[in-house]
Amino acid sequence: MIYDAVIIGAGHNGLVSACYLARAGLKVMVVEKNDWIGGAAVSRELYPGFTYSNCSYVSSLFRPEIMRDLELPRHGLQILPYEGGALFTEGGDYLGMFRNHEANRREIERHSPRDAEAYDRYARDVLRHCRFIRPMLLRTAADPASFRPRDIAELAWMGKQMFGLSEMAMYDMIRFWTMSIADFLDEYFENPAVKAYQAVASIIGTALGPMSPGTAYVLLHHAMGDVDGNVGAWGFSRGGMGSITKALSASLKAAGGEIRTGSGVERILVRNGRATGVVLENGDEVLGRRVVSNMDVKRTFLKHVEEAELPASFVKRVRNFKIRGSSGKLNIALDRAPRFTALPEGSPCMKGDMHFTDSIEKMELAYDDWKAGHYSRDPFQDMMIPTMIDPTMTPPGKHFMSCFIQYAPPKIEGNDWTDADRDAFADTVLNQIEAHAPGFKDSVLHYEVRTPRELEREVGLTEGNIFQGELTFDQLLFNRPVPGYAQYRSPIKDLWICGSSTHPGGGVMGAPGRNAAAEILRDIKTPKKDMSDAYAVL
Amino acid sequence: MKAEKTVRPDPRLHYLTPLRQTPFHARTSAANRLNSWGPWGGYTTVLEFEDLAMEHSAIRNSATVYDLCPMVKYRVSGPGAADYLNRLTVRNAAKLPVGAVHYTIWCDDAGKIIDDGTVFRLAGDDFRICCQERHLPWLLDSAIGFDVRVREETEDVAALSLQGPCSYAVLKAAGFDVAALKPFRMVTFPFDGGELMVSRTGFTGDLGYELWTTPDHALPLWDRLFEAGAPWGIRPIGTQALDIARTEAGFIITNLDFVPSHQAVREDRVRSPFEMALDWMIDWDKGHFTGRRALLEERAKGSQWAFVGLDIEGNVSAEQSIIYHDKKHEVGQITAACWSPTVKRNIALAYVKRPYHAGKSGNLWVEVYAMRELQYAKLMLRAEVCERPFFNPARRRATPPGMF
Ligand SMILES: Cc1cc2nc3c(=O)[nH]c(=O)nc-3n(C[C@H](O)[C@H](O)[C@H](O)COP(=O)(O)OP(=O)(O)OC[C@H]3O[C@@H](n4cnc5c(N)ncnc54)[C@H](O)[C@@H]3O)c2cc1C
Repeated sequence: MIYDAVIIGAGHNGLVSACYLARAGLKVMVVEKNDWIGGAAVSRELYPGFTYSNCSYVSSLFRPEIMRDLELPRHGLQILPYEGGALFTEGGDYLGMFRNHEANRREIERHSPRDAEAYDRYARDVLRHCRFIRPMLLRTAADPASFRPRDIAELAWMGKQMFGLSEMAMYDMIRFWTMSIADFLDEYFENPAVKAYQAVASIIGTALGPMSPGTAYVLLHHAMGDVDGNVGAWGFSRGGMGSITKALSASLKAAGGEIRTGSGVERILVRNGRATGVVLENGDEVLGRRVVSNMDVKRTFLKHVEEAELPASFVKRVRNFKIRGSSGKLNIALDRAPRFTALPEGSPCMKGDMHFTDSIEKMELAYDDWKAGHYSRDPFQDMMIPTMIDPTMTPPGKHFMSCFIQYAPPKIEGNDWTDADRDAFADTVLNQIEAHAPGFKDSVLHYEVRTPRELEREVGLTEGNIFQGELTFDQLLFNRPVPGYAQYRSPIKDLWICGSSTHPGGGVMGAPGRNAAAEILRDIKTPKKDMSDAYAVL
Repeated sequence: MKAEKTVRPDPRLHYLTPLRQTPFHARTSAANRLNSWGPWGGYTTVLEFEDLAMEHSAIRNSATVYDLCPMVKYRVSGPGAADYLNRLTVRNAAKLPVGAVHYTIWCDDAGKIIDDGTVFRLAGDDFRICCQERHLPWLLDSAIGFDVRVREETEDVAALSLQGPCSYAVLKAAGFDVAALKPFRMVTFPFDGGELMVSRTGFTGDLGYELWTTPDHALPLWDRLFEAGAPWGIRPIGTQALDIARTEAGFIITNLDFVPSHQAVREDRVRSPFEMALDWMIDWDKGHFTGRRALLEERAKGSQWAFVGLDIEGNVSAEQSIIYHDKKHEVGQITAACWSPTVKRNIALAYVKRPYHAGKSGNLWVEVYAMRELQYAKLMLRAEVCERPFFNPARRRATPPGMF
């Protein structure tokens, strides 16, 4: 049996690619090393009756065009917008986030009347940047070095996007793409908590501090998604993030595709400069007319392809691709909801993102630990309790808490993480929560700790980088993953890449997977099927 | 008797009642027979109390009361206040006498309108700005280098608009004789142990006054007006009735007739004073003001848009309609429209691409989708650019004002 496409990895992007290819009539096989699917969009039951979102935990970036094309709602996908959020401040107060515009304004007003009136303009400016970038998500980036007509046309399109802006807007754009989030926020706000709240999204998954240039773009990366057209909003995937990949897998099967779990790829078969299939760890060969890798670019080319098959300059660039791990996670089963002393009883702020770091300076200090090769002693968290909204993940009255933590380096002072390091790391997190919610620790039934070590070992994310490569301007658009190979192709014919290492990058977005499928279909001159155009930005 | 100071609830619980109630809420809610509310500037406000047509006709016939509290208020004070306002706004604030009010606009550096509003000169170095949108960061940034204090004071002021041909009579009966008060002037009376400021201003294009006090005197003020005004049939009006009156008067509203430059997401939505027909208020000789350079350039080069009044054939109102030249090319859009009960014309405010507002202004058409029993009647109606305001009675300016 020779498949039309063998896809390595059942991460969401691999599955998205597989779905589109199967719908276009290709015979598709997905091979996944784990006994489960999902990659970093996965939900497993690690404690009886409790479903976790083991890695990613919230959804906004996942393109609605894909949900619709692949009929994911029919296969069980449901996204639930979340309702609030809170940043706890030293001294027992908090800064809340509210969906209602007036409540939100009045909340900021409690902390700074000036910032309350600055917020709308800030949100407007961020939205402007989002509107610029959103149309680029479902398009293959141009290759500026190529002289093919389609690349020239694509460059012209990008130029038009750019030059459609006024002179001032263009200056703003260029500043925004290169500046630090700290500097960006200083242009709008005065209150440290207000700034810290906005800064969170700019350093999530990023081995940079809020004062590092380039972090403003990362904010955009987290703001450019939407929940049902509400740009910048986030939501929970009902049943955990694994529901997204479960729906994809059901859609794939309905389209005739196959998935083989517990089938790690040892090596990609290359004959005469062409990829012809894969050899699994158990020695089985799965042959295909093309191989599509959902693994990150380093893993794909440095671990599973003979380097002799690749141009030296390409290997060097892949080696230099920045993919530093910076994050960890705790997934906690709770016997009861925590009681945060700062929050009024029944506050909607529990139904969203919560944070314990109330200034940019503290975030930067947390980054200093990372630079010194240590996890942050006073980390910052993006903490959620999805079960405040989602009734399906735990028994009634019990809760699942997801704590995303920064910073956690790939190695501790140059050495591999030990179990003792991991446990000490977990303690800093548990203690931080306990300080704001006394009694919390007593309600912990079970928890799972994920340092970059676990993320790499289990999901295959090199160095534990959650985005399969940093989202800095030098690694975006036609430079992602490396210049000259931003079109999902590789130096080896018929070997494609479709994971988050490719344009437009990480997050549960599906865009890399879809764009890769579009390129493959274009390459074999097979009409796309069920692949609608990106929704227009009016 | 002095009203007891209300105990403020836990400020963290604002999300339980995200829309504020104005100091007149006890009275407006009692009078709101239709229970018809809408949000305005963070407050819940009445859209229609009882009967839209009766409310509008009272504006033109007797005396009406409208709750103005949601207007955003800023206090600008200090030795540099007049200079500050001169740099901020396009009119000459230094020329504004103490006790006078003027309508003005302020622009960004590109000469695009941020908002319009009224500026009250309360004392030599003490002003109040009253506007639709919130601008504290802009006002504070603009204060750099000026000896001035800028403070938001929306919640500290309770204001009502008393409008209609009998509004002077009602005020007089209420004990406030403003016979000598000219348009755009104000006067202060002792009231209820506090003060009441009366300005001869309004948004109806008719005889009318705006009454300003502090929230603790709000309800006594309401009660005094309704007691005194009973013989004239005084009645509260909601936003919908006011909207018809302001369209007849040709007045614009930020975010309905233009998008303020600080909020526009789409860069092409912003408008300059020339494009909103507000260039008449620019004082070119007062020295520098924000936006001046860009506006000088626009004055030399010309503008893209014009803002006009339209007279539309027939009696079907043309809200939001697209305007065509020669029934074919889109040249603009209507921002406000109604059948005017007062002037018996089908009127509209609109932005129109130049030169279709003047030179080529003939042959303009509006496309109207008139919903009649779940079915659209699609109409192409002839429209003519015409003079604004549509309604401009002499009683609006007469001093002393008439009794009706
Ligand atoms: C802790 C964490 C939290 C995150 N939080 C969020 C969030 O809240 N929201 C959000 O939008 N994004 C979040 N992200 C980012 C997002 O989850 C990832 O960017 C995205 O899921 C990556 O998807 P992918 O399909 O590109 O790759 P992956 O999910 O990495 O998929 C790669 C797949 O390849 C498989 N594989 C690897 N090696 C082999 C091999 N040799 N043979 C066979 N299969 C192999 C892996 O097991 C995996 O299934 C988070 C990521 C992490 C790690």
